[in-house]
Amino acid sequence: MIGDTRVLLGRSLRHIARSPDTIITTAIMPIALLLLFVFVFGGAIETGSAEYVDYLLPGILIITIASGISYTAYRLFLDLQGGIFERFQSMPIARSAVLWAHVLTSLVANLISLVVVVLVALLMGFRTSADVLGWLAVLGILVIFTLALTWIAVIPGLTAKSVDGASAFAYPLVFLPFVSSAFVPTETMPAPVRAFAENQPVTSIVDTLRNLFAGQPVGTGIWTALAWCVGILVVAWVFATMVYKRKIS
Amino acid sequence: MLALMSTPSTVVVQGLEKSFKDVTVLRGVDIEVARGSIVALLGSNGAGKTTVIRILSTLLKADAGTATVNGFDVVSQAADVRESISLTGQFAAVDEILTGRENLVMVARLRHLKNAGTIADELLRRFSLIEAGGRRVATYSGGMRRRLDIAMSLIGNPPVIFLDEPTTGLDPEARLEVWQAVKELAAGGTTVLLTTQHLEEAEHLADRIAILHEGRIIVNGTLAELKQLLPPAKVEYVEKQPTLEDVFLKLVGGKK
Repeated sequence: MIGDTRVLLGRSLRHIARSPDTIITTAIMPIALLLLFVFVFGGAIETGSAEYVDYLLPGILIITIASGISYTAYRLFLDLQGGIFERFQSMPIARSAVLWAHVLTSLVANLISLVVVVLVALLMGFRTSADVLGWLAVLGILVIFTLALTWIAVIPGLTAKSVDGASAFAYPLVFLPFVSSAFVPTETMPAPVRAFAENQPVTSIVDTLRNLFAGQPVGTGIWTALAWCVGILVVAWVFATMVYKRKIS
Repeated sequence: MLALMSTPSTVVVQGLEKSFKDVTVLRGVDIEVARGSIVALLGSNGAGKTTVIRILSTLLKADAGTATVNGFDVVSQAADVRESISLTGQFAAVDEILTGRENLVMVARLRHLKNAGTIADELLRRFSLIEAGGRRVATYSGGMRRRLDIAMSLIGNPPVIFLDEPTTGLDPEARLEVWQAVKELAAGGTTVLLTTQHLEEAEHLADRIAILHEGRIIVNGTLAELKQLLPPAKVEYVEKQPTLEDVFLKLVGGKK
């Protein structure tokens, strides 16, 4: 299975290398938001931290992943449409390899997009006091979060009837950070909105990333964040696997 | 191999039934394909040809009936069946973003063959794709794509090949190229089951022809046997006009 996944991963990575626009378009929207919020709105937003870009970056990273994974659904959908999916299914290869190759490709592509966004943030004045361990924790959370959202993306990729349908599911995911502590502190929100914002996964993940970047203690927040990430990952993986099994049997 | 030789037919299908929701597509299909022969499954659009092929390639499960390919049951020994077959689907199943050669290398690797590069080059030569081998498949013509598709199916020399409407959408020249490739396959001992809605294609290629109609095989025999089903030929004197295909191929310098 590992050998088959590696061959298929090589294939999908070639796709990315030959259409780097997928990585660029993934990074453009988050970068635009970063510029807009830091240089236009940021001055008027009271976050309590010194630099707004430091406050904002974690949420922007989440948005980067949320928009990046829609390409996984898109690529999977194209494979199903084009017949190459059936070719793979009729060949003596590990059946899960086809999905894993797409999932790992998503991970690679998203990590590249994330690096691009972080580099832009550094140019805009983002500074971190995180040590190596802090960076590793940030990387770990982003990797698990990417895997979780990618497995969600597999579901529309397998079931969509049109290209638009395959990628439309990402919009709510992209907007979830807006109703969280990603852009503004939740304290000023009306009670029901605040209750939602403080108890949805993005807030705990964003707060944890922010503390890690700032070199602050993460407290129990990191466990809430990890619980969300792993929980979404497991549930999405179970559902995606079920959909896949039904699709290929 | 000795055990395999004792099975007279490579593909044995009995009483195959399949419905999609309330549409019954197959109502008991029986068909056998002898080793090394070409059998054409003939039928109009929606007759269920593709459904039969998909069941035989382990992509779809039948509601009833049994099917064995190369001696393996398509349900209980699906992995062995997949080792024995190659499917060329209705739409060229090639990766457009990769080059022709990369497509071949990928399939060779997925079949766990050594020397994937050598195999790829050999197939590029055999299917006259050497010059195109380094180009992305997106730039290929329909005929080149189809040839690459068939070349990919041959990797690992599977004993059974399913071709689902292999010439649909091809121009006459490309169709002749595909026919030539299929004939060479069968001459090399590969068992071929192909579907087509072109009567001429079946006539041209197949050792036996099976007609699938309303979910059943209504006739199955050689071309000569099928012709005997009709009243004896009437003798008519007709001026033999060249067909448009003859004209076309003559003008564009194709071979027939």
